[in-house]
Amino acid sequence: MLRFLFRRLLSTLPVLVIVALLVFLMLRLTPGDPAAVMAGDAATTEQIAQIRQGLGLDRSIPEQFAIWFGKTLSGDLGQSYYYKTDVTTLIGQRLEPTVSLALTTITIAVLVAVPLGVLAAWRFGGWLDRGLMAFSVLGFSIPVFVLAYLLIWAVSLKLGWLPVQGYKRLADGVGPWLYHLILPSITLSVIYIALIARVTRASVLETLGEDYIRTARAKGLPEQRVLMRHALVNAAVPIITVIGIGIALLIGGVVVTESVYAIPGLGRLTVDAVLARDFPTIQGVILLFSFVYVMINLAVDLSYLFFDPRIRY
Amino acid sequence: MAPPATDPTAFETLSVESASVLAQQSAWSRVRRNTSVRIGGIVLVVLVLLALAAPWLGTVDPSLFDPGSRDLLPGRRGEITTLEGETLKHTFLMGSDSFGRDIYSRVVYGTRVSLIVGLFTALVALAFGIVLGLVAGYLRWLDGPLMRVMDGVMAIPAILIAIALVAMWRGSLGTVVIAIAIPEIPRVTRLVRSLVLSIREEPYVEAAVSLGTPTWKIMARHILPNCVAPLVVQGTFICASGILVEAILSFLGVGLPPDIPTWGNVMAEGRAQFNEYPHNIFFPGIFLAVTVLAVNILGDGLRDTLDPKMAKRV
Repeated sequence: MLRFLFRRLLSTLPVLVIVALLVFLMLRLTPGDPAAVMAGDAATTEQIAQIRQGLGLDRSIPEQFAIWFGKTLSGDLGQSYYYKTDVTTLIGQRLEPTVSLALTTITIAVLVAVPLGVLAAWRFGGWLDRGLMAFSVLGFSIPVFVLAYLLIWAVSLKLGWLPVQGYKRLADGVGPWLYHLILPSITLSVIYIALIARVTRASVLETLGEDYIRTARAKGLPEQRVLMRHALVNAAVPIITVIGIGIALLIGGVVVTESVYAIPGLGRLTVDAVLARDFPTIQGVILLFSFVYVMINLAVDLSYLFFDPRIRY
Repeated sequence: MAPPATDPTAFETLSVESASVLAQQSAWSRVRRNTSVRIGGIVLVVLVLLALAAPWLGTVDPSLFDPGSRDLLPGRRGEITTLEGETLKHTFLMGSDSFGRDIYSRVVYGTRVSLIVGLFTALVALAFGIVLGLVAGYLRWLDGPLMRVMDGVMAIPAILIAIALVAMWRGSLGTVVIAIAIPEIPRVTRLVRSLVLSIREEPYVEAAVSLGTPTWKIMARHILPNCVAPLVVQGTFICASGILVEAILSFLGVGLPPDIPTWGNVMAEGRAQFNEYPHNIFFPGIFLAVTVLAVNILGDGLRDTLDPKMAKRV
C-alpha cells in the first residue's frame, strides 16, 4: 500500500517537471525583453543590463531553467512586474475567494448531478432521462459568461434577491460570504453538473444490468437501497474520475466567472496579469493551477482503492 | 468475361472495393437519416449562409459609428454616417452600443469570425494531432518522450494555455486559432496513437508489411482511412470548443482586437452598461449559444452513427 503510494507519487513527478518546463519555455520564448519591461521606459541601457544580470537572463536557457526551477521548488515564484510584490504573496492574497468558489461549486454540482444521474438511469428513457440529456448538451453549449449575465439579469436585477457582484471574506461572517457566492457557484456548476450527471447516468445504467442488482432486488431490498448501495457505489469509479478531470473545466470557468462577478480571486488575477503582460504572475498562476489539477487527479487515482477493493496496483 | 475470373488479384481488388463502397454508402445514409445530424446541420447551414450573405442582410459596415445614435434600444430608428460622409437612415434591429455602432451588423459579421475560428481550430488541431499520433504510434523510441510532453500539456487547463499564448503573441486571427488549437492537440494525438496501435495489429496490415509495402503507404492507405470516422467526430467537438474559447478570450479582452466584430468583443463592449442595456450581451450570447449547440448536436449525431464504439462509452 505504502509502496504503491510512493510509486504513484513518483510517477507524477515527471509530469510536473514537464509542466514546469513548458510554462518556462512558453514565457521565456516571448518576444520582448523582460528586463526592459521591468526597468520601464526611462531606463538606460546600463540599468537594463544590470537588471538582466540580476534576473540571470544573461545565462544560457538550460541554466536559467535550472535556477528558476530550484527557486520554484522552494516556493519563490519571482517578482510581479505589475504589482511589484512577490508572486507567492500575491497568490496567497487571492487564494481564499477562488477556493471558496471552487468548493461551493463542486458541492452544488455533486449534490445535484449524482442524484439526477442515478434517477435518469433508473427511469431510463423516461422524461427525466430525456430532459437530463437535453440539459447536458445545453449545459455544454451555453458559455459561462452568457449564463452569468442571464442569471444576474433575472435573479439580481429583476427579482433583486441576490447581489449583482462582489465578494465578502469568510472572516466577515458565513452569511454574507455564502450570500455573495450563491450566484457565481450556480453559474459555474451548470457545465460541471452536465458533465457529472451524464457520466453518472451512463455508469449507473451499466451497473443496473449486473446480476447482483437482480439478486439484491430478488432478496427484497428496498429499491432505494439497491440504487444507492449496490448500483451507485459500484458505479463510483467513472464518476470520481470525471469529477477529477472536470477540475480543468472548473479552472477555466473560474477565470471567466470571477471576471463577470468581480471576485478578487486567482482567475481575476490571471486576466489582470495577462492584460498587463505580467509574465511572472501568469507563470505562477498557471503552475499553481496545473499543480492542483495534477494533485487532485492523483487523489482520484488513490480513491479507486477505496471504491473498488479489487484494484490493487 | 473470362479474363477477370482467371486473374485472382483482379478479382480480389474488385470484391474488396465493392464492399468498402457499400460500407461507405450505408454509413453516409445512416448519417443523413440521423435526427441530431439533421438539426445541427440545418442550423449550421443557415449560419454559414448568414455569414456569407452578411453584406446583403440589411447590415451596415460593422465598424461604422455615429455619436448621435449611441445606446439605442432594439428596433429604434436612427442615423449612421458612412465613411464617405453620407448619412443614412438605419433601423437598429438589436440596438446600438456606446459608440453608436449597430449591434445587428456586428453580430451578423461576427458569425464569420466564429465559424472561421471554429473550423480552423479543428483543422489545425487535427493536422498536428494526426502527424504526432502517427509518429508516436510508429516510431516506438519517440513514443515515450512525446506522450510525456502531451501529458504535460494536458495537465495545464486548456483555457490558461490559450490565454498565455495570446498574451505573448498579441491577438490576431492566426495566433488566436493556434493558441486555441494547441491545448486540443494532445487529445487528438492520443486518439490517433491508440487507433494506430490497434490497427497495426490487424491481419491486413501484417499482410501489407509482409508484401514489403513502405511504411508511409501503409499509413496513408490502411491506417488513416480507418481513423477518419473518430477524427471527424473529435474535430466537431474541437470546433465547438474553439468557438467558445475564442468568445471567452475576446470577452476577457485578451482575444482579437476590439475593433474586429466578434461576438465576444460585442459582449465585452456591453459589459459596462449591462444594467441598462442587457441586449448588448444577450443578442450575441444567443447567437453564440445556438452555434455551439448546433455544432455539439451535430457531433453527437456523427458520433452515434459513425463511431458506435465511442457512443457506447459516453
